[in-house]
Amino acid sequence: MISAWLTQHGFVFLHTLKRLIASPVTSLLSISVMGIALSLPTGVYVLMQNIQNLSGQAGHAPQMSLFLRKDTQSADVQQVEQRLDRDVRILGHQFVSKETALQQLQQRSGFSNVASSLERNPLPDAFILHLQNEGAESMRQLQTELQSWPEIEYVQFDSVWIERLDAFLKLGRFAVLLLATILSIAIIAIMFNTIRLQILTKRDEIEISKLIGATDSFIRRPFLYFGAIQGLAGGAAAWVIIAYALSAVNLELVELSNLYDIQLQMQLLTLEDGVSLLIFSTSLGWLGARLSVANHLWQIEPQ
Amino acid sequence: MITFKNVSKRYPDGYMALNNIDLEVAAGEMVFLTGHSGAGKSTLLKLIAAIERPTSGMIAINEQNIAQLKLSALPYLRRKIGFIFQDHKLLFDRNVYENVLLPLQISHFDNKMIASRVRAALDKVGLLKKEKAMPIALSGGERQRLCIARAVVHRPSILIADEPTGNLDVEYARDIMAMFTSFNQVGVTVLIATHDASLLEDTQHRILSLKQGKLAA
Repeated sequence: MISAWLTQHGFVFLHTLKRLIASPVTSLLSISVMGIALSLPTGVYVLMQNIQNLSGQAGHAPQMSLFLRKDTQSADVQQVEQRLDRDVRILGHQFVSKETALQQLQQRSGFSNVASSLERNPLPDAFILHLQNEGAESMRQLQTELQSWPEIEYVQFDSVWIERLDAFLKLGRFAVLLLATILSIAIIAIMFNTIRLQILTKRDEIEISKLIGATDSFIRRPFLYFGAIQGLAGGAAAWVIIAYALSAVNLELVELSNLYDIQLQMQLLTLEDGVSLLIFSTSLGWLGARLSVANHLWQIEPQ
Repeated sequence: MITFKNVSKRYPDGYMALNNIDLEVAAGEMVFLTGHSGAGKSTLLKLIAAIERPTSGMIAINEQNIAQLKLSALPYLRRKIGFIFQDHKLLFDRNVYENVLLPLQISHFDNKMIASRVRAALDKVGLLKKEKAMPIALSGGERQRLCIARAVVHRPSILIADEPTGNLDVEYARDIMAMFTSFNQVGVTVLIATHDASLLEDTQHRILSLKQGKLAA
């Protein structure tokens, strides 16, 4: 029974492929329409990924400066250090004692006179924290948390650029989502109509199958396969379009990289994202077909 | 096997096709249904396969009441029946073999048995050498036989034929009747609707006569 079921699905799959190949122009046209529609949101998504990567590459791992109270003892400093060690959000930290800070100040041109004229060291002990970039929100939260520790006088954190990048990426993601939603609906509508036309041309076959005992799922199956296979092909087309577009951009970037002496290369779609794209497009095709079948099949009852 | 009790069928346009029919066909019986066109022969056959539903009355197949059968149960009823349609209802985009294959695919037959089943059915109707031909290339008699092969390939217990000798010459018609007799001899219940009086001349089987939707005695 299971082998009969598998044979049945295999047969329908091959039959559907044959049908797609039998009308190559129509199939290619609808596959490219789907591919182009899908490549728009996917393209914006890849762009966002690249901007995010670029911001990480530029060495902008966010930093935070902790200034301790003047009256802290070395035991307090150790305690603070231990607590910083335990926090997973902090990738690393660096202790700058008040003596070191003063030395650094003296070494800077223009400040040496000022520093040596001081009677006593006015600088506090400090920590420089290297953080994981998890967005401005969580960093501000960390800042407030650290501010509440008794040993700490002041936490300095310049969050403006992170917030800007954050806002920009957020906007980008919203655009991806918006584009994806609109174009998904378009793809479902296209598939809905394609399947509707197919059902009309296969009216006889459907009617005869019903007359000799076909269940609804048997009749639905070839149309669902058709939708899913076209969806899959559309997703693959989008992947190819994006790969070609990015390699073209990369060719242009080589020149720019040479002029500025930096590595500028667009990353292609990762395997994981590509597979997600295929699964998504397959589901869209299937869904369009399913809706269409549900809408049109019941109208065909043998007389 | 097949029981009708007070069955009437009125079409939506008000036409009364069948009027208060009582009928009993035993398992393994072969029965002819005769009458002028419009007498209700086709309607009666369609009621058995639940292609049409009765307006009132009770229809039972194997003691199962099919008048109230749910839509989802219809396919399983139809798989017990081999139906030879008046207008053949062949698929013209598939060859002879694939047309006969369809009922087996529909009822999920095992792959190993499929090919031999199809060829056995084609052999019975004498179309084995034409399995790759398209229906359009077949003569009227061959199409009729293809239709019969498709109706018997899944070995139904009931065989229903609506005007199976419709436009055929006498010789062909006799061949086809002989096929039905041989199916009946292996235990299949056979119901044949025909207006062709010459077929009924020397038959020993029961003949039911329909007149304006009523069974004549």
